[in-house]
Amino acid sequence: MSAIIILLVVSISVASLFLFAFLWSVKSGQYDDELSPPLRMLFDDKPKESTSTKQ
Amino acid sequence: MASVTAGSTTTCAHCGESCTTNDLMWTDKHFCCDGCKMVYQLLQKNGLCEYYSLNNNPGINQRKQVRSGKFAFLDDAEISDKLIQFKDSSQVHVNFYLPQMHCSSCLYLLEHLHQMEPAIIQSKVNFVSKEVVIVFDPSQFSIRKTAELLTAIGYEPYISLNDLKERKSKFNKALIYPLGVAGFCFANIMLLSFPEYLGLEDAEKQLQGIFRLINVLLSLPVVFFSATPFYKSGWKALRHGYLNIDAPIALATIVTFIRSMYEVTTGTGSGYFDSMTGIVFFMLIGRVLQDKTYEQLSFERDYTSYFPIAVTVLTEEGEKPTSLPNIKNGDTIKIHNEELIPADGILTRGKALIDYSFVTGESVPVLKEMGEIIYAGGKQTGGAIELLVIKEVTQSYLTKLWSGDQFKETETSKRHSFVDALSRYFTVGLFSLAIGAGIYWWLNDPTRMWHVISSILIVACPCALLLSNTFTNGNILRIMGRKKMYMRNAMAIEQLSEITHIVFDKTGTITNPKEQEIHYTGKELSHNQIKQLISLAAQSSHPLSKSIVRYFGQYSPNMSVTGYQELPGKGIEGFVDNELVALGSKSYITGQNDKYDPSTQVWIAFENTAFGYFTIQNKYREGLPQLMQDLGRNYKISILSGDHSGEKNRLEKMIPKGSHLLFEQSPQDKLSYIQSLQSKGEKVMMIGDGLNDAGALKKSDIGIALTDDSNNFTPASDAILEASQLKALPQFIKLSIANKRIVWTAFIVSIIYNSIGLTIAAKGLLSPMVAAILMPASTISILLITFGLSNVAGKRLFTNH
Repeated sequence: MSAIIILLVVSISVASLFLFAFLWSVKSGQYDDELSPPLRMLFDDKPKESTSTKQ
Repeated sequence: MASVTAGSTTTCAHCGESCTTNDLMWTDKHFCCDGCKMVYQLLQKNGLCEYYSLNNNPGINQRKQVRSGKFAFLDDAEISDKLIQFKDSSQVHVNFYLPQMHCSSCLYLLEHLHQMEPAIIQSKVNFVSKEVVIVFDPSQFSIRKTAELLTAIGYEPYISLNDLKERKSKFNKALIYPLGVAGFCFANIMLLSFPEYLGLEDAEKQLQGIFRLINVLLSLPVVFFSATPFYKSGWKALRHGYLNIDAPIALATIVTFIRSMYEVTTGTGSGYFDSMTGIVFFMLIGRVLQDKTYEQLSFERDYTSYFPIAVTVLTEEGEKPTSLPNIKNGDTIKIHNEELIPADGILTRGKALIDYSFVTGESVPVLKEMGEIIYAGGKQTGGAIELLVIKEVTQSYLTKLWSGDQFKETETSKRHSFVDALSRYFTVGLFSLAIGAGIYWWLNDPTRMWHVISSILIVACPCALLLSNTFTNGNILRIMGRKKMYMRNAMAIEQLSEITHIVFDKTGTITNPKEQEIHYTGKELSHNQIKQLISLAAQSSHPLSKSIVRYFGQYSPNMSVTGYQELPGKGIEGFVDNELVALGSKSYITGQNDKYDPSTQVWIAFENTAFGYFTIQNKYREGLPQLMQDLGRNYKISILSGDHSGEKNRLEKMIPKGSHLLFEQSPQDKLSYIQSLQSKGEKVMMIGDGLNDAGALKKSDIGIALTDDSNNFTPASDAILEASQLKALPQFIKLSIANKRIVWTAFIVSIIYNSIGLTIAAKGLLSPMVAAILMPASTISILLITFGLSNVAGKRLFTNH
């Protein structure tokens, strides 16, 4: 029986963790702009000198 | 210039437009104009050429140069403060709206501004709202310089009078938090309810108490937080003296909670926490889907979004940028090329060629002479002019429309949905039933009275109606959005289904502002002459010149022009192939003033000899006669035009008999016309495109703003329709009618479910376990029905055409 109670506490706390993660992600504005972050990660930051060496 | 063969035109490396000359080169790249070349050089110097490798020709054409000093008003702290989000001694965060933003290259460039200007610390783009937040060091840089830097690379910030007001966040978080909490609580309560449904053995009976206690705790956030949108909406409606659908839902939620608490505290049962939280969760999902808005579009625009934030006022001390609300009668303002006229005024200096396309949808500019009154809303094309302000901004002819009564609608006069009306009957019936049953049991067995009353209130909660309504609306909104019809909200769908009369604006709505019908009358032109002509015309940004270039699309305007001159309001001339070519008005070319002629003529001359003229007429949108016939079968049609009646005969052939055609309608006339139709009991749909339709769009039962590009500015409306989809209007109306039928179908199905479930339950044949599974299963089946039916309706309507 005590095992069930421990499991109960664990499962609800894990679920609450996800709930707070979700609420935090909404609050921090991660859903405000869903277009630019996936594009942003594709840009390579190159040093200023290496221009027009592409293709 | 001689080596270029016809047809082999080069395209600009920056913007991708065809080059009229091959002289503009830098390294191995061709450019269409100096502006584009400068941007390219600037980017290359700063190592930002990846801009060009991410997309083909991502640049914005730089042929129209922005006047230096245009952003001088940003040096005025009072004005620029409105754009600043945050400010201290080391950092300033400034927010700009850049309508030109369109691809990943733009994103790349705008987020690498620090590579160009060391004083910029960081820049961050919000692609959805097309805004960029730039952080810079105020000791080295200023807002004005930031705006000028953006302009230099082709992203001129759009700063309007609207920016003077407070901004509000468009993303609706108000429903997202309750939804997350409700989902969490619902899932956990479901999990904890199962053991009891499955049956607990005697040894585990102590666990039952713990499970119930946790269920009570988990239900609290749902009742006291997640369900609050329903309480608020229901209470608000009640205070205004009517019943909406949220009132019975709020009541059922509260009754279920009290009854469940009673059962748990007295130990008589486990309550209905799972059903209650589940329903709240699903209803919130429906709300969120239905409230999905098109973030990149704005349905609320009034004139302040169109007007500039500041204008140059001429004072004794010289030119001074002044913010618009501070302009007074008697001020002399200076309007430069491509600037909007913010207040009614008398022209005191310069030649005005006013483009009223914002206002009327007519793209051909109007010539005004000195001493004439110029109304606000037009855009000057050509040289700078000076105006003596005779009416303040808020009192001007156009802006006064917004202060009319139709824009002061109060909360109570808002339209009510049929779902609210339906739920009213539902609620009244429900209460009579609950009271009747209560009296019956009070007389026979008072101990069971409260049990029966609460059961009725819980079972008869109209949540199925709300669910089917919100989910269907949400799905129909999405289907329409995919077809380029952007509805402001779910209510607009219902308004659309009820219309009886359709009113069209003429110019820019049923005519295509980008295309004209062109006929040539006069001496025959040789191939070489045509090339000379369009090479000259390509130099000008005047809409008529552009139309002529387009008309001769198979020729390339690649001859070089020398001594080019543009005479505002008259025409253009220049030497092409050593011949003097001129294009312009009749009086300019032939020297004779002609009488009033409804069509627009462009005369041409070679070496001062008039050759002939082009007649340029409006072109009606494709499929217009068919559209009018289709709509005419079920609806009355009116066409209102601000123009003279020159096109009357042509139009009459296209529209069904019995339609109304009205010409020379002022914005106020259009509004009154809608009003008079409504007073006859008609439900009016207005379709327009310009600011002069704004009053009528607002007054009508459903106003649709037509636009050729949904990124453009449209007046306040209930829906925005892309012009290419105008021909699909009958299908959109049919879909909105189908919407109502689907809601009804889903509602009836859910009532059948409930009655079958109730009868079986009353006979005691339903185990609590099966009931607990059936509740969410029936909800989900209703959602599937609404989704399926609305998708089928959408497909059937749009594939036949």
